[in-house]
Amino acid sequence: MTGKATTPRYLWRKAKSDLMMGITVAATVVTLLPLFIILAYLAVRGASSLNLAFFTHMPAPVGEKGGGMANAIVGTLELIGLASLMGVPVGIGSGLYLAANRGSPFAGAVRFGADVMMGVPSIVVGIFAYAMVVRPMGGFSTLAGAVALAVIMIPLVTRTTEEMLLLVPHELREAALALGVSGWRTTLWVVARTAASGIATGIILAVARIAGETAPLLFTAFGNRFWSTSLTDPISSLTVQVYTYAISPFPDWQRQAWAGALVLTSIVLALELGVRWVTSGSARAVR
Amino acid sequence: MGSRGCPPRTGYTLAEFLEATHEHVAAPARARRAAAFHIRPFGDRIFNLSTLLLALVGLSILVGLALALVFDSMPSLKAFGWGFLISSDWDPVNDRFGALPFIYGTVVSSALALLIAVPLSLGVALCLSEMAPAWLSRRLGFMVELLAAIPSVVYGLWAIFALGPWLRDRVEPLLVAVLGFLPLFQGPRVAVSMLCAGVVLAIMVIPYVAAVCTDVFRAVPQTQREAALALGATQWEMVRMAVLPHGLSGVIGAIMFGLGRALGETIAVAMVIGNAPQISASLFAPSATLASVIANEFAEATSTLYLSSLVELGLVLLIVGLALNIVARGLVLRATQSRFEAEE
Repeated sequence: MTGKATTPRYLWRKAKSDLMMGITVAATVVTLLPLFIILAYLAVRGASSLNLAFFTHMPAPVGEKGGGMANAIVGTLELIGLASLMGVPVGIGSGLYLAANRGSPFAGAVRFGADVMMGVPSIVVGIFAYAMVVRPMGGFSTLAGAVALAVIMIPLVTRTTEEMLLLVPHELREAALALGVSGWRTTLWVVARTAASGIATGIILAVARIAGETAPLLFTAFGNRFWSTSLTDPISSLTVQVYTYAISPFPDWQRQAWAGALVLTSIVLALELGVRWVTSGSARAVR
Repeated sequence: MGSRGCPPRTGYTLAEFLEATHEHVAAPARARRAAAFHIRPFGDRIFNLSTLLLALVGLSILVGLALALVFDSMPSLKAFGWGFLISSDWDPVNDRFGALPFIYGTVVSSALALLIAVPLSLGVALCLSEMAPAWLSRRLGFMVELLAAIPSVVYGLWAIFALGPWLRDRVEPLLVAVLGFLPLFQGPRVAVSMLCAGVVLAIMVIPYVAAVCTDVFRAVPQTQREAALALGATQWEMVRMAVLPHGLSGVIGAIMFGLGRALGETIAVAMVIGNAPQISASLFAPSATLASVIANEFAEATSTLYLSSLVELGLVLLIVGLALNIVARGLVLRATQSRFEAEE
C-alpha cells in the first residue's frame, strides 16, 4: 500500500487527477461568475436608477427626462394574468388526462407534443400568435400577447401537473375508490388535492418563465407608451420596455432600462426562490 | 375500476383485498356501486371527456403552429422555392429575400456558443456529480439554474453595456495579438459583434447543458465507479473510464438541447449582434440570426412577400429546432433511464 503511493508513476497519475478535478471546480466558478456579475450590475446600476416615480409615473415624452414605467408594470401583470387564465386550465386538464391515461397512444402523442412545444423558440410562438390573433383582429393587442404567453405556458404546466399527480401514492386513490367515491371525484378531490402544492409550484415557475419573455411580445402585445388596459389595444410590458430603452440612444432611457431590468429580475427571482424555498426544491420537473 | 392505465401491480389492491377477505364489508359498497351505476359513470365520462378536450387543445396548438407557419410562408415558398435557403439577398425595397446570411449568422453564433459552453458545462456537471458533497452540489446546482432564470432581455442589457465593451477593449486585442493571422480575428472592432452574441449565448445555454449533463452523469451506476476505483483508478481515471463513456450519448443529447436553445434565443442576440445581414469571416463584424431578424423586422414588414419571408425564416427555425429537440430527448431519456435498468 505505502509502496504504491510513492511510486513516481502513481504520483504523476494522482497529480493529473487532481489537476483535472481542479479544472472542473474552476469551470464551475467561471460559470457562476456571470451570475454574480450581472446581479451586481443590476444592484448598482438598477438601484441607482430606481425611484418612486419609476413605479408611479408614465413614460416621459421623447426628449424629456424622468418618467417611469407604471404602464409597463400594469401591462406585464395583465398579460401574465390573462395568459394564466387561458394556459393554466388547459395545462392542468392535459396533465390530468396524461396522468389518467398513461399507456394510451393518444396520451403518448400529447406528452410528446408538450415536450416538443417546450423546445419551440419563443419567437416562433410569437409568429403563431400573430397569425392567429393579430391578423384576424386587425392589430396588435393585449389578447395576442397573452395568447402567445399562454402557448408557452401550457406545455410547462401540463408536464409538471402530470409528474406531480404521478407522485401521489396509488394507495390513496384506491382507498378513496374503496370507500365508494366516484372516479372523477377521487381524481379531483383526493389525488389532485394531494398534488396541489406541486402543481402550484409548476404554475408559479411557468409564470416566472413567461414574465421574462420579450420575443413573443414584440409583434403581438407590441408595446405602448400610453396607459392602456384594453384587451384589444397594444399594451406595454416591462420586458419590451426594457428592450426598447436599452437599444435607444438616450442615456436617461438607458438608465431606466437598468431600473426596469432590476424590477423584472427581482420579480422573476423572487418567484423562483420563493417557490423553491417553500417546496425545498423537490418539485422541479420543468426544464 | 377506475385504475385504468395504472402500472401493472403485483399483489392485491386494497379494494381486491377487502372484497376477498371481508365480504361483509365490501358487499354494501358493491350494492351502493350498483345503485349509483347510472350516475357515476356519467360523471366520470364528463370528466374524462373534458380532460381529453383540454389535452386535445394542447396538442392542436403544436399542429396549428406548424400549419400556420407553413401556410403563411406560402407566398415566399412559391416565389423563391429552395433558392430561398441559399440566396444571400435581403432587399426589402425590391422584394427580394434570401435566408443565407441569417442561417450563417445562426450557425456561427450557436457554434461559438457551444464551443465555449460545452467544456464549461462538462466541468460543472463533473464537479456537481463527482466532486462536490451532496449539500454543496445541491446549492451550486441551484445557482447554475438561476442563470437560466434571468430574463434574456436582462442578459442583452448587460451585454450591451458591460460585456460588449469589455470584449472589445480587453479580449479582442488579446485575440488579435495571439491569433490575429486568422481571418476570424481581423477587421475593425465594434461593441456589437458575432463574438459578443456567441459569448452571451454561451452564458445562457450553459445552465441547460450543465443540468442535463449532471443528470446524465448521476445516472451512471455507482457500481461502474466502484469497479474503476477498485482496479486502482484515480478519480480522473474513473471519470474517463466509467462516467464519460457511459454518459456519452446523454452528453451528445445535452449538447443538442443546448444547440436548440442557442438557435432559438432571440432578444439577447438581437441586442448585441448588430443585425447586419452580411456574411463576414470576422467574428468582430456585426451579423444577424434567423431569430434576431424576425424580432427586428416583423412588426415593420410592409409587403406580403416580406412578411412571408420572415415567417419562412421562422419555419426554418421551427423545423431545425424540433428535429434537434426530438433527437436530443431520445438520447437523454435513454441515458438517464439506464440507471433503473442497471439497478433493478
